[in-house]
Amino acid sequence: MDAEKTEKRFSFICGLKAGIPVAIGYLPIAISFGLLSISNGIPDYLTVFMSFIVFAGASQFAAVNLFMVGASPLEIILTTFILNFRHFLMSSSISQRIEQGTSKKVMGLLAFGVTDESFAVASIRKEKEIKPQFFAGLILVSYSAWVLGTAMGAFMFAGIPDIIINSMGIALYAMFIGLIVPSLRKSKPVFTVCLLAAFINTLLYYLNFLSTGWNVIISTVIAAGFGTALYSKEDGK
Amino acid sequence: MKNLILIIVMMAVVTYLPRLIPMVMLKDLKLPLFLKTFLNMIPFAVLGALIFPGILFSTGCCGSALFGGLIAVILAYFNLNIILVVFGGISGVMFYKMLF
Repeated sequence: MDAEKTEKRFSFICGLKAGIPVAIGYLPIAISFGLLSISNGIPDYLTVFMSFIVFAGASQFAAVNLFMVGASPLEIILTTFILNFRHFLMSSSISQRIEQGTSKKVMGLLAFGVTDESFAVASIRKEKEIKPQFFAGLILVSYSAWVLGTAMGAFMFAGIPDIIINSMGIALYAMFIGLIVPSLRKSKPVFTVCLLAAFINTLLYYLNFLSTGWNVIISTVIAAGFGTALYSKEDGK
Repeated sequence: MKNLILIIVMMAVVTYLPRLIPMVMLKDLKLPLFLKTFLNMIPFAVLGALIFPGILFSTGCCGSALFGGLIAVILAYFNLNIILVVFGGISGVMFYKMLF
């Protein structure tokens, strides 16, 4: 029994550590969100509330912009749904990796924290089975940074030099790069799928007839589908 | 204001449900092999789509983003710790912005 508890605690701490780069990436973005939201006329406490219960960066930015231009509630909610729907794919993917026997209650709680970044960090882990404690630690650290950063932006409203905020804009992308490049080196299927998705998404972006939410979903499905068709004979993972 | 609170709550609902349903429903299903492979490929596809073209607009200007991204790729290629990759990327951007 003791050994099991220690293992769980160890996994949790691993998760906390794994969340640190995500937290670093989230901070400037959360601060920017806080600042933007306030400047668009949303009260500070509601700004923080949004980060607290939605926990989805891109859609929060979109929502506060829509709010400022006077969009209808339906438009805001629908846009949020579409922008975040890719998490359905990510949730489906990561659900298969979480340790067998994890209770539905725990899965339900962890589901709240499925974001691009927590998904990316957890998926890249070498372990076949991800411990729920690991995922929980990861989500806790990143979520805290997100909410705290928002509060900082909303309540401190200015003072951080622009060049720093702008330079840190690359933080999350640098993190994504850091996560995927080692895998790209090792496996040709991975490299192909990743490149294809990037290509399709960029193409869709410039064609500009769908929102980024749909673009990411479509590129992901096509690229992953192509990869499955081509590389199904080999072992997937 | 009440209106806004309601909108935010609905945003949370439509965000949480797509995350929740697979986590509680897919785990116990016996999925066919091609589906499992597909789900395994998703992280790599998604990362590709998330990085491009988004990274180009992340710092307000293309050049600094490309430069910072390149630094990140190089650091990641040598398997450096991810925090170093992140700070390397940020530093790359600041360096470029200060020079150009």
